[in-house]
Amino acid sequence: MKIEVRGLTKTFGAVQAVSDVSFTVKEGELLGLLGPSGSGKTTVLRLIAGLETPSGGDIYIDGKRVNDLSVQDRNIGFVFQHYALFKHLTVFENIAFGLKIKKWKPSEIEERVAELLRLMSLDALENRYPHQLSGGQRQRVAIARSLAPRPSVLLLDEPFGAVDAKVRQELREWLIRLHDHLNVTSLFVTHDQEEAMEVSGRIIVFSKGALEQIGSPAEVYEEPATEFVARFIGAMNILEGQVLNGMVKIGSLEFPAPTIPDHTHIQVGFRPYHVKVAEDPHKYRQAATLRHIYFLGVAYRLEIESREGLILRSRMNKEEFRQYRFEVGQPVSFAVTNFRFLPQGGMSFPPSASSQPLEIGPLTP
Amino acid sequence: MIRRLLIGSVWFYFILLLISPILYLVTQSFDEGIEAFWREVTTPEALHGFMLTLEITAIVLVINLVFGTITALVLVRQHFAGRTILSGLIDLPFSVSPVIAGFMLILLFGPETILGTFFGTLGVKVLFAMPAMVLATLFATFPFVVRELTPLLQTTGTDTEEAARTLGATEWQVFLKVTLPMLRWGFVYGTTLTVARAIGEFGAVLVVSGNILLLTQTATLHIYQSYVDFNYVGANAVALTLLAVSFAILALLELAKAKAAATAA
Repeated sequence: MKIEVRGLTKTFGAVQAVSDVSFTVKEGELLGLLGPSGSGKTTVLRLIAGLETPSGGDIYIDGKRVNDLSVQDRNIGFVFQHYALFKHLTVFENIAFGLKIKKWKPSEIEERVAELLRLMSLDALENRYPHQLSGGQRQRVAIARSLAPRPSVLLLDEPFGAVDAKVRQELREWLIRLHDHLNVTSLFVTHDQEEAMEVSGRIIVFSKGALEQIGSPAEVYEEPATEFVARFIGAMNILEGQVLNGMVKIGSLEFPAPTIPDHTHIQVGFRPYHVKVAEDPHKYRQAATLRHIYFLGVAYRLEIESREGLILRSRMNKEEFRQYRFEVGQPVSFAVTNFRFLPQGGMSFPPSASSQPLEIGPLTP
Repeated sequence: MIRRLLIGSVWFYFILLLISPILYLVTQSFDEGIEAFWREVTTPEALHGFMLTLEITAIVLVINLVFGTITALVLVRQHFAGRTILSGLIDLPFSVSPVIAGFMLILLFGPETILGTFFGTLGVKVLFAMPAMVLATLFATFPFVVRELTPLLQTTGTDTEEAARTLGATEWQVFLKVTLPMLRWGFVYGTTLTVARAIGEFGAVLVVSGNILLLTQTATLHIYQSYVDFNYVGANAVALTLLAVSFAILALLELAKAKAAATAA
């Protein structure tokens, strides 16, 4: 089922939780709603579900305007962060709940519940009560329960927020396989950007009730459309400067900006893995001191301080790191190999203005 | 050493306040033998007293279950002006002496008041009859069901109810299938407290009932009457019966808890 949201707005008293949000969810898509607490992502999810009524705007499910349709009639499945399982019912009865409401025949209920128990790897647990299950099991029961009545849309509100890290990773992979298998249009809310990138086909980034960017995980990561998205997704070095004579000079760093008008205050962002660091102070153009070394398991993060006092982060994989013998306090040289200009609220750039590789060269005497 | 002192003082406290009076009650009831006990417990006055207490308790329990649930739901789920004041008023019966409560009813429903004459013209006797006794007992027992349900409603929140709605349940279905079962133990405890309090109600009922023999004399009033008439065996015998009933209720409660714990394990 296709979902379309147009100009969606929601206020709670004096608080504007959602401001003029519009987007379309494709049939069968797995879409992630990403943002920090209070960004409005959960409210948007609940508005689509019908658990809240919009203050403005329209919601269409499969081409039909559903603003006035009650949550009971929208045929959606909803999975809550804290499972919301019926504590007084067994696993079987929990999953069968929606089917009994819809007056399915007992034999049909048996069959459907058995099918879901198998699908969710919950066999042999059907007579247990929620308090006898682990967190991961409870969440799978919650998902099974929401899928039982064959909803046209599946909505998940931070579904893996309440379980521990290892289980979360398993459940994530599980959700991806499940979605591939069932192909139900699914929206899920998360504040974990890694999770959003791993699971979603597309991501919508929210901030303060507004939609910041919508795109594939790669697009959102490589080409952040706003400063917020750049800061929120992955690590980013961000410096501020002003365009003068087609160039932004920050300390001894120079970033060409041929298409941006002079005197514009601008922010420059570059990812840590685009900061190259070397022991040899002559290898790269810029000089700095190594301040800190972090071991990240898969790579190393180096924190360097330039001559002007700018703190920059560099990421280096293990092979490269082991070529050197870095020591904290050591003088190093560095270069920025790729960067973007980050739009300030309301500004937009032609695509050619950003993502330019810089020259790497030795220090000229 | 300190530990033994503490345990000892608890035992002392219990023996003084609880065990000795109960032992005394038992011995005094059977002071003139089992036949005397049985006779005193089956006099017309005693039986009428038991019956009346039972009726009042039953009526008060049903009313409290219904209105207590509604009150708890409104207090927890709805936001309205004066909510905090209302919440504070719920506990009023704990701070007001039952005698004062009874007196308030006399003032409200007396012969020259608006309400009194209103009901008088309808032919309904409020004071010195069943209605006033029920009202007096209601006043004393009102907080129990509400106070048992409120924290349950607050901690469980609305998630499960919303989940039921997403699965297609109507408001009524949500209430019956999700909300009420969730409040199960609140009802059990609330009922136990209400029944215990209603059985033991004395002061307010004494004032509003007029303590009319064989008409408005509850079991507790009968005990008082017997004592005043120097019928100690009678007083103790009826008192022991009421105590036995209370113990039975408590025992049932413990049994239910044990059974629930067993199925949970």
